[in-house]
Formats: sequence, C-alpha cells, structure tokens
Amino acid sequence: MPPAGPRSGDAIFASVERVNAELFTLTYGATVRQLLTDLEEVEEVNKQLDQMGYNIGIRLIDEFLAKSNVSRCVDFKETAEVIAKVGFKMFLGIAATVTNWDADGTCCSIILDDNPLVDFVELPDTCQGLYYCNILSGVIRGALEMCLGRDIAPYLKIVTDTQYLAFTKVSMKTEVTWLRDVLRGDDAYELQVKLLKQVPEEYPYKDDE
Amino acid sequence: MIGVGKIKQYSNVLDKPLSKGKQEVSLSAFAFLFSELVQYNQTQVDNIAELERRLEDAGYAVGARVLELLCHREKGNRRETRLLGILSFVHSTVWKVLFGKVADSLEKGTEHEDEYMISEKELLVNRFISIPKDMGTFNCGAFVAGIVRGVLDSAGFPAVVTAHFVPVEGQQRPRTTILIKFAEEVGALSLTRYSSTQRML
Repeated sequence: MPPAGPRSGDAIFASVERVNAELFTLTYGATVRQLLTDLEEVEEVNKQLDQMGYNIGIRLIDEFLAKSNVSRCVDFKETAEVIAKVGFKMFLGIAATVTNWDADGTCCSIILDDNPLVDFVELPDTCQGLYYCNILSGVIRGALEMCLGRDIAPYLKIVTDTQYLAFTKVSMKTEVTWLRDVLRGDDAYELQVKLLKQVPEEYPYKDDE
Repeated sequence: MIGVGKIKQYSNVLDKPLSKGKQEVSLSAFAFLFSELVQYNQTQVDNIAELERRLEDAGYAVGARVLELLCHREKGNRRETRLLGILSFVHSTVWKVLFGKVADSLEKGTEHEDEYMISEKELLVNRFISIPKDMGTFNCGAFVAGIVRGVLDSAGFPAVVTAHFVPVEGQQRPRTTILIKFAEEVGALSLTRYSSTQRML
C-alpha cells in the first residue's frame, strides 16, 4: 500500500511530546560552555558541535521518516523543502524557508524564522569565531547522509515494497555552512546546503541471477 | 526582499524582552541533545564519579540561570530566603517550568536533619536512558542534581546534591531521588533565624 501523503510539520509537532524550550536552550548553552572550557580553541568547538549534530542527524532521520510519512524524496530540491517545512517544525517547533537556489538545483539556503538555541545568548569578544548553532548544520548533514532518494526507480517493478525502501537508500553527501548568523551581527540565520554527491547504498540482498 | 529573516535584532541581549516561557521543542530534540551531552562527557572521563561530576557541572550552569530567570518572571524580582521556601520553589516552580509538572514528592530525610529528598517516578532526562551493567550506579539524573544545586547555591543555600536510583516495588524501573544535603552553615543560619523569630514572639 502506498503511504499516505506527508503530514504537515505543524500537525506532527502538535502530536509529539514536547518540553519547555528554555530547558533545551539552557542545556544547549551548558553544552557549548563545557566545550569552550574543555577545548579552548573556538575552531575545535565548532568542529565538535558539528560532530554532535551529525551524530544526532543520523539517528534523527529514522524518527523523522516514521512520523512524517515522507518515505522518499524525489530530488534534492524536494528534500530541502521537506527539511525546512517539516523537519524544523517537527523537532524545534520553528518554521524555515528555502531560498536562493542555484541554477542546477544542488545548492540552496535555509533561513530560520526563529531559533530556540539562542535565547539569552550573546557572544563575548573571546568567542567571535564561534558558530554557536553549529550543531544544526551537523544535524542536517547527518540526516541527509541517511536520506532516502529515488534514484534507482527502474528496479521498482521487480522488488517488494520493503525491499524497495532498502534498495533505494541514497545517501546525500552535503556541505552545510552558515552564511548569516544573528549572533555575529547579521540580520538572519541562514544555512547554505550544498549537495556534493549522491551515493546509492549497496544492494543489501544476495543476487539470485 | 527574498531571504530577510523575521528575527528582530537587538543591539544587546538585555534589550530583548524576556520570553514568557511558553515556547516548546519536541521531547526528542531535547533527548537527542542530552544524549550527546552525556556521550561527549563520557569521552572526557576515566570513571563514573567524574562523569557524574561533569554532568552536575553542566546542570549547575542551567540551575543558576533558571533561578535568575524565574525570579524575574514568576516572582516579581523576589527570591526565597527561607529554607523551606526555596525547597518548595525548586519542587514546584522550577520543576513545573523545566519538566512540565510539579515533582512527585519532597520529603525531609529521616536520618539527618539537614537532608531533603525530591523524588520523581520517571525523571525526564532518564526517559530514554538505560544504564549498561558495567556502569553500576551511574545516574544521568546527576544533571538534574546539578540544576538543583545551581538554584540552591545561587539563592544562598549551598548544598551537596546527588541523584540516586531507588527501586520501587512492583515497578520495573526505579524512581530517581535527588538527595539534598545542606552545608553546615545553612542549618546554623536557619536555626539563628528561627531563634530570633522566637525571641520576637
């Protein structure tokens, strides 16, 4: 049976368990502060935050797919829209907009309308190089690496539905960077997501032929 | 213009109006973040005690800020100055804001005068955590213990706060008890206050 259409981010957010955003904000703040104390170098902290985000992303994608009914995205363009409209809403309760597409559809910007990570935050002079929200870029990168695409669609007829899902798992390697950051004096939070390459995962079953 | 964010800019974080605290994020988002916090700290330590201490430190930073925030927002810039007052503030106000509910219980220790316990059947941070056997009595509630210590300490009631699993009959999962042992001077302080009130009577 084909899955029902994707659910809206609002509907999912309304149905999942939620916690006070301040607990989340302050816990994230405590995490960043701990990293700054331990690692000392701001650059190292950026890296560690990205890594933590990546770890989250590769696990979060399962919950995302399970709750959103988005079983596969046709292309990178659709995927980006889904991240912005459903993903951000479902986990952080915020809306995001996709814009600034390049000509061949492999690079775009995600602009956050709100950002629960940065309440109460101001960067001191010593942390000017810090990408405070770098965990978010890691999450997107991680989730897309585990994303499902539809690049091997011709095989569709010969396999069952479950096999199809496993079959068409396409990992999207991306590069995610901050273009604008309010904490660093810009007027918005803007993440650039650039598709580097799509790698079909290996066929997991024994070939009978 | 395309791509102009809706976020209002403030030159200073203090100019920004204090949020009402009604915003929410999904529990999973918090659980993912917390799990990363724990896993990162695991790479920084050699033993369980150290891990608990580091989680407690992280929680302390949260607690100190929660006290400040809530005193402004919920209590009209007033802060509790009595021992029982601050304890019930932690048990009800702080718990309600952070975890969406009042803590299950607040009790006085039976063996020691200066000990209090806040118990929770299923502590939010432990919801998705199961402790591997080789980690013994480790409890991620150390983070919450740190929050409690942060609130108490910043309010002028220094204490040692620890988190423990307590098995409950008929329940598969143990509850978590946050044990608060006040520093000696706190006991002495409330005693002096008590006797001076008595004298006034």
